Amino acid sequence: MESVSFPPQSSIAICGGTHGNEMTGVYLVREMQKHKVDKIGSVSISTVLSNPRAVDVCRRYTETDLNRCFTDALLSSPITDSTPYEVRRAQELNAQLGPKGSEKAVDMLIDLHNTTANMGLCLIFYTADYLPLQIFKYIQNKMSSVPVRAMQLDIPLSDAYSLDSLGKHSFSIEVGPQPNGVLRADIFNIVKEAVDHTIAWLQEFNSGSTFEAGEVEAFTVVKSVDYPRDPVTGEISAAIHPQLQDNDFKLLKPGDPIFLSFTGETVKHEGEELYPLFVNECAYYEKKIAFHLAQKRTFKLPSIHMKKD
Amino acid sequence: MEVDEVMCLPRLPRVAVCGGTHGNELSGVYLVREMLKVEKKVVEEEEEPVLVMIVLSNPRATQQCHRYVDTDLNRCFTHATLNGPMSDTDPYEIVRSQELNTLLGPKGSRQAVDLVCDLHNTTANMGMCLITYSDCDWICLHIFRHLQKEIPDIPMRFIHFDVSNKESYSLDSVGKHGFAMEIGPQPHGVVRSNIYTAMKDGVQHMLDWVRLFNSGTMFKGGFVDVFTMVKHIDYPRDSVTHNITAAIHPHLQDRDFCLLHPEDPLFQTFSGETLRYKGKEPLYPFFINECAYYEKGIALSLARKRRVMVPSIRVETEQEQQANDHEYSSEEEN
Repeated sequence: MESVSFPPQSSIAICGGTHGNEMTGVYLVREMQKHKVDKIGSVSISTVLSNPRAVDVCRRYTETDLNRCFTDALLSSPITDSTPYEVRRAQELNAQLGPKGSEKAVDMLIDLHNTTANMGLCLIFYTADYLPLQIFKYIQNKMSSVPVRAMQLDIPLSDAYSLDSLGKHSFSIEVGPQPNGVLRADIFNIVKEAVDHTIAWLQEFNSGSTFEAGEVEAFTVVKSVDYPRDPVTGEISAAIHPQLQDNDFKLLKPGDPIFLSFTGETVKHEGEELYPLFVNECAYYEKKIAFHLAQKRTFKLPSIHMKKD
Repeated sequence: MEVDEVMCLPRLPRVAVCGGTHGNELSGVYLVREMLKVEKKVVEEEEEPVLVMIVLSNPRATQQCHRYVDTDLNRCFTHATLNGPMSDTDPYEIVRSQELNTLLGPKGSRQAVDLVCDLHNTTANMGMCLITYSDCDWICLHIFRHLQKEIPDIPMRFIHFDVSNKESYSLDSVGKHGFAMEIGPQPHGVVRSNIYTAMKDGVQHMLDWVRLFNSGTMFKGGFVDVFTMVKHIDYPRDSVTHNITAAIHPHLQDRDFCLLHPEDPLFQTFSGETLRYKGKEPLYPFFINECAYYEKGIALSLARKRRVMVPSIRVETEQEQQANDHEYSSEEEN
């Protein structure tokens, strides 16, 4: 593969509190703002507390999930008195960090999240963008204290709904397990280290380094599975089975247990062998997702370097 | 030969199992819902049937999956709050606490249920804990011993808050006897199967014990290690914003009930500095990093451990009960 070049990555945004109760991002952004971090070497950094109202009340959102408000449709929808706060806020963020898809958008947007699932450190991308994938490879090599994986959502940019889709090259950093509303020091240290490595990579990139070709494995989500529910009340009638709980990224085979009902019955996985992710994520109960299922794919990366004018 | 003195205590005909006192502590919510689904069959052969009341304590908070709607329900059961005047603008939970007091109490009266078991979850790594206001309520202590014996694979502790009856504030204080069954770690808004199962087993064994007790079984005494709460420690906070400036130190995180010594790490600031425990006395930490306590100014609680000698007990016979009732009425008349 030929080496691929990209323009210098000189403006980045680090966003936290997109979900107001995912505490690592909230505190990391606050800390960076307290120390007035706005430039590190060749990289100018905007630190953004994405959903201040939700952060204030320590809830995921106030009216609607901010991290689903960045589709082209919602970003261009007219604002009226009844427009939910988060839809307005998404348009503000689009003006500040975007506009999505335009030349003026920040080079890179890193959105910080936590999950109650046992996902370790997980980078989430939309497309097989070589820049974030090289950063993923770099972080994977540097960090050995925690499993580092990549998850891919195969969605075209116009349908891309999350905050990170505003930047030219973006990804989310998702780290768990951490309960909503709780700040764990070990998780904070992991996210801080990942952010530090990302900034270090950008410095190296901007100084003209070439990052070698290689291969990375990533997990592409193919479907989601809901909890068994009571047909009348809609309430869940089972919990994630103890043999699946905390086993994100471990291959799930037909016949493996996935749910244990409150009356003690086991429900088993039917269908193809796939990898479960976001197993027992708190915020997904209302989205009717007990876990996602993904295929493991190998992405070939070319070497990349900065485009010189 | 030493005579083993057996203490005789009144029957426990009415037991309340309460869940969803905090609407996002889901093991109790789902367990109570399941128990409400099962039709109660009166077992004819049962000599000493127990009336089990199953209660979803805070339905509105449960429906929203929040800890509370207006104010923490589990702080609304002081005598002052329960007997205070009602108004249209009262917070939802104050109204609800008075409803629950009518249903399960009145607190302090002869009509109150005999035992309240209030189900809770915590984000702290506490295993299973029974939390009570007394370190000499032999009913609660014997239930604890029974659970320890029947569920040996779960770490189990008995926590005592030394608060007078006048100041007791939680739902379990409404019954003649009561305790909170607190199980963690479980994130709020999440149900973990192992935690749910532990709670289900705990409640079942508790009810079995009550039936055995009411049927005349003698329960042999012994020692129980009781953790008595001494103090709370808050997070270091920014003096202007009041935001926390450090997290529980990685060496302390998840180490509930591991003795904390002076100078042991307590917090880690966001710049990586270690803040140490400055107390003089080694104490046992618990409720380490409980989500709901950030707003209450509690990073962790600290307890002293001591061994309590629990006497053997059995239920009063009818004769003994009548003699005691007579004594009680005489006292009332005087």
